[in-house]
Amino acid sequence: MNSGQRVAVQVGRNWVALFLVILSVLFSVTGRGFFSPKTLNNILLTSSPALLLAAGETFVIITGGIDLSVGFVRGLISVISAIIMRDLYARGYSPSFCIPLGIVVGLALGLLPGLINGILVARFRVPPFIATLGMYGVANGFALRFSKGFPITFLPPEVGQIGNGFFAYFLPGRGISFFERHPDIAEGEMRNLIGIVPYSIVVVAVLLLIFAFILSRTQFGQHVYAIGGNIDAARRAGIPVDRDLIRVYMISSFFAALSGIMYTLRFVTGRADAGSARMLDSVVAVVIGGASLYGGTGSMIGSIIGTLVIGVLETGMVNLGLPTHNKYVYVGIILVLAVLIDQFFPEMVKKGE
Amino acid sequence: MDDRKPLLAVRDIVKRFGGLVALNRVSMEVYPGEVVGLLGDNGAGKSTLIKIVSGVYRADEGEIFFDGKEVKITSPMEALKLGIETIYQDLALAENLNVYSNIFLGREKLKKALGLIPVLDHDYMLQESKKVLNRLGIEIPSLRNKIKNLSGGQRQSVAISRSIYWNAKLLIMDEPTAALGVAEQRKVLNLVRTLSEQGVSIIIISHQLYDVFQVAHRLVVLRRGEKVGERLTKETNPDEIVSLMVGAELVQEARGRG
Repeated sequence: MNSGQRVAVQVGRNWVALFLVILSVLFSVTGRGFFSPKTLNNILLTSSPALLLAAGETFVIITGGIDLSVGFVRGLISVISAIIMRDLYARGYSPSFCIPLGIVVGLALGLLPGLINGILVARFRVPPFIATLGMYGVANGFALRFSKGFPITFLPPEVGQIGNGFFAYFLPGRGISFFERHPDIAEGEMRNLIGIVPYSIVVVAVLLLIFAFILSRTQFGQHVYAIGGNIDAARRAGIPVDRDLIRVYMISSFFAALSGIMYTLRFVTGRADAGSARMLDSVVAVVIGGASLYGGTGSMIGSIIGTLVIGVLETGMVNLGLPTHNKYVYVGIILVLAVLIDQFFPEMVKKGE
Repeated sequence: MDDRKPLLAVRDIVKRFGGLVALNRVSMEVYPGEVVGLLGDNGAGKSTLIKIVSGVYRADEGEIFFDGKEVKITSPMEALKLGIETIYQDLALAENLNVYSNIFLGREKLKKALGLIPVLDHDYMLQESKKVLNRLGIEIPSLRNKIKNLSGGQRQSVAISRSIYWNAKLLIMDEPTAALGVAEQRKVLNLVRTLSEQGVSIIIISHQLYDVFQVAHRLVVLRRGEKVGERLTKETNPDEIVSLMVGAELVQEARGRG
């Protein structure tokens, strides 16, 4: 292989990452104030729900499955955790009791859709598309029933402080303050206040790191790839395929539940339709990130880059004052392009791995 | 070879599928290090017999002895535990994983990261895989290559190395040379000889009589669910085997007409 081909291979394998860089540079040059900590925070904040959903979806897609239910599981858990917080708070319980309880119960219940999906797929051989499409309807129906179709509000006000809190605040001329805003802040100075590292980003980053490690380094992760590569071979090799598949769908719905709780914390509201707009974003991000819907390939870093491509596109277009509905067009084109590159340049993309 | 104890002995195996008798009182033995060719036309019962030995089917009647003891092989896992490995035509490899990951598939070697988190021990698996491939004289450029980038013969070798690494005593090979080019066929047959020299017993099913004659010590011929002949390879020839496979009367009939 000469050096030209080697460059071509590297570009072929990492074109999405390259695309992300080019996109960022492009927006930084054309859009005013795109290249700033505030925009970066913004991109990470708008991307964080998608990052969570994509992380779970990565596991599912690598096994050769798909989880269509994540968007509505997100909505369902957003509603459930909000109801728990609202009702307990209304009965006079302290926020330090009802907020953690809402979070814990939400997360625990969030494992249930995954357990059911997993059992249907693994034990009863229901195609993942069908099993999770069923759960998509069920989760949405329950969310609407619990919320009676309205947003859940009147949560303890502390909810918003957790959901929108930063580890540190920077006010030009006043310096940095950790965890709390500068106490005697003047009304006019508020807009100069810069939050540094939102809590939610830290939670997302830590979880992504942990699950990237699980996927790439552990025996379970290896089995996830093996199941996607050749499920019969995996069974014959004695891998507990059913158990692993159930775990994979539970991971996916755990991430969906967590993103639902983070929605509630951020907007101090529970909404059944919290995730409906993001329904397929997670799948798109994972596929742009190099996973095949046939299973067996994909990675956490790929999915993160795929999600950020969408996030940068969204934020960049808002920044330029372009109508955001164009985003869907571009994301759609990138998605199809990703699959085409994967199909027609397999040598270029796959060789040398 | 007959003065030694057989590694595998099946006695009077009967298998019925509804009204159809797939195997009718079939017996055969395989001795340590012996290569036995199992031959027969389509529907003769070869696959059924193999599936009984590898735990996929259960026999309706008959006994199986392995290593001198009577065994009941009720599942493929049971067969694996005994040391009976089947190399299927589809090879049972995960094509998206690399060579050593496939050799250790389902039995990955782990080490402790930071003293407490179990993670995959890639170095160990790579080194061990290298050793077993060297022992069998198999050449594969890099064990970090994914299976999908390997040739058919190389895949075959990986599947065989895996069973040998996990101490297979009896290897059942179903059409091992079917989808291979000539050079690769030769390599696989050489590998069969190497395994046999190292004491591994092999049952080989193949339609390619030429291949079987090259490596098998003994040939067992089935026809319509019955064993119709058993010959030492050096004491027979392809003509005789073919006439056993299709029925001597048919061959004579064909000759008479010709």
